[in-house]
Amino acid sequence: MNEKARVSSNPHIRARATTTTIMLAVIIALLPTTVVGILNFGMHALLLIAVTICSTVASEFLFTKLLHKKTTITDCSAVLTGLLLALNLPPSAPWWIGVLGGVFAIVVVKMLFGGLGQNFMNPALGGRCFLMLSFTRIMTDFATDTYTGATPLALVKAGEKVNIYNMVMGRTAGTIGETSMIAIVAGACFLILIGVIDLRIPGSYIVTLVIFITLFSGRGLDFDYIAGNLAGGGLMLGAFFMATDYVTRPITKNGQYLFGILLGVLTGIFRVFGSGAEGVSYAIILSNLCVPLIEKITWPKPFGKGGEKG
Amino acid sequence: MGGKLTFVGGIHPYDGKDLSKDKPITDILPKGDMVYPLSQHIGAPAKPVVAKGDAVLTGQMIAEAGGFVSAPIYATVSGTVKAIEPRRVVTGDMVMSIIIENDGQYNEVEYEPSKPLEDLTKEEVIAKIQKAGVVGMGGAGFPTHVKLSPKEPDKIDYVIVNCAECEPYLTSDYRRMMEEPEKLIGGLKCALSLFDEAKGILAVEDNKPDCIEKLRELTKDEERITVKALKTKYPQGAERQLIYASTGRAINSSMLPADAGCVVNNVDTVCAIYSAVMENKPLMYRIVTVTGDAIQDPRNFRVRIGTNYHELIEEAGGFKTEPAKIVSGGPMMGFALFSLDVPTTKTASALLCMTRDEVAQFEPSACINCGRCAEICPGRLIPSRMADLAERGDMETFVALDGLECCECGCCSYICPARRQLTQEIKTMRKLALAARKK
Repeated sequence: MNEKARVSSNPHIRARATTTTIMLAVIIALLPTTVVGILNFGMHALLLIAVTICSTVASEFLFTKLLHKKTTITDCSAVLTGLLLALNLPPSAPWWIGVLGGVFAIVVVKMLFGGLGQNFMNPALGGRCFLMLSFTRIMTDFATDTYTGATPLALVKAGEKVNIYNMVMGRTAGTIGETSMIAIVAGACFLILIGVIDLRIPGSYIVTLVIFITLFSGRGLDFDYIAGNLAGGGLMLGAFFMATDYVTRPITKNGQYLFGILLGVLTGIFRVFGSGAEGVSYAIILSNLCVPLIEKITWPKPFGKGGEKG
Repeated sequence: MGGKLTFVGGIHPYDGKDLSKDKPITDILPKGDMVYPLSQHIGAPAKPVVAKGDAVLTGQMIAEAGGFVSAPIYATVSGTVKAIEPRRVVTGDMVMSIIIENDGQYNEVEYEPSKPLEDLTKEEVIAKIQKAGVVGMGGAGFPTHVKLSPKEPDKIDYVIVNCAECEPYLTSDYRRMMEEPEKLIGGLKCALSLFDEAKGILAVEDNKPDCIEKLRELTKDEERITVKALKTKYPQGAERQLIYASTGRAINSSMLPADAGCVVNNVDTVCAIYSAVMENKPLMYRIVTVTGDAIQDPRNFRVRIGTNYHELIEEAGGFKTEPAKIVSGGPMMGFALFSLDVPTTKTASALLCMTRDEVAQFEPSACINCGRCAEICPGRLIPSRMADLAERGDMETFVALDGLECCECGCCSYICPARRQLTQEIKTMRKLALAARKK
């Protein structure tokens, strides 16, 4: 026999999905949103997306080179972070915003904590919140050639009417990737179908938010207000693509429901009682910080000790 | 789940059973020396009762049980004892073994004719099984007579035959069920004779509808025996998952099946019980699937225990292509071999020759916390975190978070997109923790 035959511990077979294929699947799922964003906002949006992705990938590459570590950019997670960050930028933001956000997201939020899998906060959202606090005017200016500044979410907060059809299709003001509910949901359905994400977090998040704003906004069951909250801001993109980020959400099943509920409550508080219209990004990064606690209180019981039923 | 009998978690790997499932069981006559490791079971090693130079017959006891939890070993060819020395076994360990030079005559001892089951007392049935050296042939090798002697036999409600055969590529149990179902049912009846209150369950995965139909047909007049179709999913045949799927009872790692009123035996074992009780024949054969993409002619063989693995490969037409990895057992729980110069033991179910080593194709990378391992873990653990604790050497937390509940089925390593060696990490820590507990 061939003495070169390999030995290793069991099992000797592996499923197909790898970290890279999962990252690519999420990137593919974001393509409809990306395309609609570019069609909606024009070539500057495309430029911003490209610059931001280049920034995240280059940051990760240089960081690993500088520290003499094996480069990790081939896992495509930096591409995904760049894309997500860009989709969270206003379409008229200058290019350097994307560069700066990308560097912050990768270097500070991800690599300084140990790289992929070690960060406790979603890098794209960490980057976005850094930009929001540092360059508030640029980051909240959604006016473009086509749209005046106010997002549908801001309009409903001010008590104005919104056009639901435009909101669903994405023909409204907002960040590059948040405006088209239909494109986001299409991508999310793809991810759910291939088993990359499930509905635990987005479902409990959205349901909790609807209940919260119905109870506390003082408008009761106001259909326009609820629709504006669902489709007029960052909720859909956040719920399906950022709250579901593996690294920064709880791994326990019940923890994921709890995480979604916390997100819904925090988003509701920020949107109803806060001064700004938005609240999704802050709700997600704050909830990210609660993950260790959530996991601790939702740690499952093993088979034979009560855990066999699920 | 559609109300199907199963458990939560598990995986659906490519099953590879088509390679060998339609190949009838054929006998092979070994040519070379036969090697009988004295430890082919859990418990004390057997003690040799022959010496170098002794002539032996097929079916003659060559080593007696080394205690209650132990099992005797029988010669499976006639010939001369050549040596008693350490030899390599599938796990890579060197184990004291009896080596017999095969004279090619197959002169066999005469077996006493047996009485009908009704005329045998329970003690006689257990004594026959013990004397025949029957052990759990699914892999664990736990002496069967011990399993069949629980403290309170009246509290046993179910005798379950593990006919799941959930490991990919394995077809030995399937062939046995298709070709010798009477023996299987007869063996189950022998086991049932020990437990007055028990019902017999033949638990088969539903990817074997022909087996289910055949067994149902043959047991339709047997009041005490039912055939249960279980959902096809790995590891449906893991003891705890099998008990849960067929009876709804759940046990943890510190309990025995008997604590849930169950006794579980695999197909080959139950057939060996039949031979021991009804034919007075010792355990000498087992069915081995020789398969994999690297094998010329995948087959199911009735192999005399002690036969060298080289001979099995030869009988299956040799290698079609250079194997990248050779595994004794199935791809999920089997042992990778670095040498084929090892004997077939009582617990060897398959010889799998793979053309591709999927494990070596990828370097392990960082955990992305995707949760797939937790989703599929049949023990309902969170394997990625258990492996983290194992890597850090944090035995205390590992044990506190029930790391010992792992059944080492391999699902987590299989599914991990970061290709982490989760099972290996957890297995290693389990061994350390169990050793520390014994001290």
